Amino acid sequence: MTRLSNAFAKPHPAFVAFITAGDGDTAANLDALVTGGADVIELGMPFTDPMADGPAIQSANLRSLGAGTTTADVLQIATDFRARHPDVPLILMGYANPMVRRGPEWFAAAAADAGVDGVICVDIPPEEDDALGPALRAKGIAPIRLATPTTDAARLPQVLEGSAGFLYYVSVAGITGKQQAATAAIEEAVGKLKAATDLPVAVGFGVRTPEQAAAIAAHADGVVVGSALVDLCGEFGEEAPAKLEELTSAMVAAIKTARA
Amino acid sequence: MNDTPPNSFRNQPDDRGHFGEFGGRYVAETLMPLILDLEREYRAAQADPAFAAQFDDLLEHYVGRPSPLYFAERLTEALGGAQVWFKRDELNHTGAHKINNCIGQILLAMRMGKTRIIAETGAGQHGVATATVCARFGLPCVIYMGAEDVARQSPNVFRMKLLGAEVVPVTSGGATLKDAMNEGLRDWVANVHDTFYIIGTAAGPHPYPEMVRNFQSVIGTEARAQMLSRAGRLPDLLVACIGGGSNALGLFHPFLDDADVKMLGVEAAGHGLDGDEHAASLLGGAPGVLHGNKTYLLQDEDGQITEGHSISAGLDYPGIGPEHAWLKESGRVEYTAVTDKEALEGFQLLCRTEGIIPALEPSHAIAAVADRAKTMGKEEIILMNLCGRGDKDIFTVAEKLGVEM
Ligand SMILES: Cc1ncc(COP(=O)(O)O)c(C=O)c1O
Repeated sequence: MTRLSNAFAKPHPAFVAFITAGDGDTAANLDALVTGGADVIELGMPFTDPMADGPAIQSANLRSLGAGTTTADVLQIATDFRARHPDVPLILMGYANPMVRRGPEWFAAAAADAGVDGVICVDIPPEEDDALGPALRAKGIAPIRLATPTTDAARLPQVLEGSAGFLYYVSVAGITGKQQAATAAIEEAVGKLKAATDLPVAVGFGVRTPEQAAAIAAHADGVVVGSALVDLCGEFGEEAPAKLEELTSAMVAAIKTARA
Repeated sequence: MNDTPPNSFRNQPDDRGHFGEFGGRYVAETLMPLILDLEREYRAAQADPAFAAQFDDLLEHYVGRPSPLYFAERLTEALGGAQVWFKRDELNHTGAHKINNCIGQILLAMRMGKTRIIAETGAGQHGVATATVCARFGLPCVIYMGAEDVARQSPNVFRMKLLGAEVVPVTSGGATLKDAMNEGLRDWVANVHDTFYIIGTAAGPHPYPEMVRNFQSVIGTEARAQMLSRAGRLPDLLVACIGGGSNALGLFHPFLDDADVKMLGVEAAGHGLDGDEHAASLLGGAPGVLHGNKTYLLQDEDGQITEGHSISAGLDYPGIGPEHAWLKESGRVEYTAVTDKEALEGFQLLCRTEGIIPALEPSHAIAAVADRAKTMGKEEIILMNLCGRGDKDIFTVAEKLGVEM
């Protein structure tokens, strides 16, 4: 068992919480997510050109970089988190360039040292797995892949090949943010994915309210929330932890009732 | 597909879109199936004589090709060295080489049944060319342009609007070309079902770099035949400016296996390569991944992308097409960089010696030509791609020269 597989072996679907590293007091914000009941933490690595993100996460990237966040800072945040929370899985999510800048082996080793469990790289599809995947696997870090509404049945095996941890289903063809897919469409898509893999399937993009989270949790193994949490970091700054904990608790409570 | 010798420089990329270690398809999963579909459709179009016939017909009767090959007699005299010849792609409809590629891509878009076109633009030349072909074929068109560039290229913004395009100013990041490209990619992932993204240079995910190069290769193919018929031999040196690298590849690619033809790509050195204020990705950057491909990028030690600077909005992109990264590493093409100041001198030199007002982008190439011609013999031939005309730049130039308009 790994930290990640434990998180998905709980009696309720996992709540996966995303915030951007270096956007405010990240240690305090992460602690608030854990206190609120988050099962998995996704820590965004800021990048100047977040092409797959909508305005909320774009702004978080810019706030973080504007505050001078470096790759070393992100790794330090992860290292400190691991010391405080030995059992909560932590995933780094971001774009290829900051991850491969010093070479994939360097990044994989540094992430492993920091206690990172998995990596989601938005712009490395299976076709370019060589750029990072082998280095991550060699260090026991799960390369977590994305499946989307455009990932057809013919392509899915290639997406699953070499992926680990869980499968992240991006429920809308689009960028992170406000738009949301219909629950029926999500149910159907998750059903197809689960028929094709033993990996847990977590669903994200556009989930903002506990009601939406509960509707997804009725079918998926996990619910990912990003922009709604990131918006709180942006709006409340120093005061964000209390707000993050509040929203996380509400999401987790809703998820726990979803299959009752 | 290519009948080139095994050691050819003309058989890149491989079937995964890699030029050596560069290129590839570094895109989000949502786009990946679409990119694969695009490649299939492009291969089918390449094998279809009707597609080539339509492309050629539009280039001849709509764009005005072949563009002339011109011997610049007074410039040659003024420089006192090698003969300088120009491939006159500034005489194309819309005033630059960009239209060659737009014709090819819109035909492909229609072949794929796409009903909406998007594009990014820096100087506005690619935006104008895209808006033009969209008007010609009656397709709605959204152009993403950095807010900064909207301000400094207002004539082109108005042109695009006249042509019926919607111009969306992009305020994220540094509000220039790379941010416009980010926004184009964001639009595309959200509208994959009906939208075709016409990328304006030989960069982006495979098959774009190869496809744009092939559409632009009409430049070099024509020039090679024209040179052989006019001068009875091939040129000694090819010169072209480089933003993303499409006009340079268009000229260079058909000559890559002519071992005696040397090639020089000219990047924008802005205020100088020693500082941060330049746009020379090859000479002042390092390999990395951005906008769907692995290539040389302007970036810091953490892989954050830095803003390029050039007097020319068409050159200040922090990346470069992956084939140039490969041509540099293979040593086949030499690359140099020219400052804002030198480009401005090149601009004025051409105005006065030849009666041609060039765009600021090829003015960089002119400066490099001036430099090289002097070191070469009078029997030697330089062929430069005069890839754009300068109407769009007169306001910028007036400001730099301290002239009130
Ligand atoms: C006239 C002209 N030349 C050159 C460029 C640079 O692009 P590329 O390097 O793809 O030819 C541009 C881009 O806008 C342009 O307008």
